[in-house]
Amino acid sequence: MQDAVARYVRDGDVVVIEGFTHLISFAAGHEIIRQHRRDLTLCRLTPDLIYDQMIAAGCAKKLVFSWAGNPGVGSLHAFRRAVEGQTLEIEEYSHFGMVARFSAGAARLPFWTLRDYAGTDLPRANPRIKSVTCPYTGEELATVPALNPDVTIVHAQRADAQGNTQIWGLLGVQKEAAFASQRVIVVVEELVDERVVRSDPNRTLIPATIVSAVVVEPWGAHPSYAQGYYDRDNEFYIGWDTISRESAVLSDYLDEFVYGVRDRAEYMQKQPRLAERLKAGEQRCAGVNYGF
Amino acid sequence: MMAVVAARELADGEVVFVGIGLPNLACNLARRTHAPNLVLIYESGAVGATPSRLPVSIGDPALVTGSLMVCGMADVFQLFLQNGRIEVGFLGGAQVDRHGNINTTVIGPYARPKVRLPGSGGAAEIAIHAHRILIVSKLSPRAFPERVDFLTSPGQRVAKVITDKGVLERDEASGDLVLAGLYPGIDATEVRAGVGWKLESRARLNQLDPPTTTELHLLREVLDPQRLYLKS
Repeated sequence: MQDAVARYVRDGDVVVIEGFTHLISFAAGHEIIRQHRRDLTLCRLTPDLIYDQMIAAGCAKKLVFSWAGNPGVGSLHAFRRAVEGQTLEIEEYSHFGMVARFSAGAARLPFWTLRDYAGTDLPRANPRIKSVTCPYTGEELATVPALNPDVTIVHAQRADAQGNTQIWGLLGVQKEAAFASQRVIVVVEELVDERVVRSDPNRTLIPATIVSAVVVEPWGAHPSYAQGYYDRDNEFYIGWDTISRESAVLSDYLDEFVYGVRDRAEYMQKQPRLAERLKAGEQRCAGVNYGF
Repeated sequence: MMAVVAARELADGEVVFVGIGLPNLACNLARRTHAPNLVLIYESGAVGATPSRLPVSIGDPALVTGSLMVCGMADVFQLFLQNGRIEVGFLGGAQVDRHGNINTTVIGPYARPKVRLPGSGGAAEIAIHAHRILIVSKLSPRAFPERVDFLTSPGQRVAKVITDKGVLERDEASGDLVLAGLYPGIDATEVRAGVGWKLESRARLNQLDPPTTTELHLLREVLDPQRLYLKS
């Protein structure tokens, strides 16, 4: 992880760590904090705790997002402090708008059209939301610009050494974000042989051809989760409300669990009961016949 | 009571875009009572979910296990929502105004917010594309101002607002929310006190039935035994 971040994440980059609740690479976010990256434009549908931590650590110049809360809990307090204190630039869409931005970026189109935003104040808050008249029907459609990150970091269940990456469970916009990006870092729970990938090709979401680096980092998504590996740490998400409410407490958290460890393995060693509490149960699928 | 009233609004076989919290409780209650064929779609991509535990987040792994389909979010918004396949959408918000417009973005001016809220998420497009919007929100003059500070989700498809004291409906002629139903033991003046504009009433107000023992049992013992969302 150290090498991948050192090599592929630079100051001033447009950085995407995607994953909708599922498969959020906290390990990568923590490494970016440890390496003191600055002036990043952080993009995600839901900034989640990871961007709250990166904002608090001073990595972010700007945030591009569509829903900035702690799901089911309340506010992201570092984000709120930064916006209410006007120390963070923001560019705001809806979820569909962000999905559409990644879709345009992935297809290498300049923008995407969607039927959205009529009657809302969002285009006034964000002048990059515009509209276009359909040349076939005359209908006025909303447009959002393509999002092409410098680097996208995707957590996944497994990949082979080349970076053929397989994901199951909630897929978020991982595929679009990866295809839209100039560089792609894949972080996986397990490195598998290419034969494993070839045995079930429909499960491959991201092909090796677009991957810059593969990092093997078990538990790298905690407190987010990896379906079939470990559960979401809802206790941590609820507890974050207290930690993040005071910047001094948040700073202590970063000192202990981010700056105070070298890597994810040390992070897990510090919390020996975590694995036992969150380890996933068994629920195997039936399997299919790929023969012909 | 809010969860029960919301559940009764759902017809069997409908396709519902589910939010977290009370709407999620309401949908799962409806599925276990009068609407076993309700199709629950979560914006995270789980279609036909049958969660075995109450999800804290909209992306809980329990939504995936045993669901009918899991798709990416581009598919959720383009192939389901924009395609017109969603019949009912649940929304909530910090502010709901007399036209049913919702604010989940900021209190105060956008550039210098007094309170920064999470933002739209999927709410703007749900309000635009779901055939019928149900809002679930507790009454208070702050939560129901005459005009929202920021219009995140337009109100034209709002069918009902389910509050903690009664139900408001959108009057087609005026476009305004009007009082349509009262919970047991609640007086219309109590509802009016929780709304920041002069609330009109339907000529005949519905008196809503209290929760049945089955509904209460399911909510309290089966769906939310830890009282994550059932506060009252």
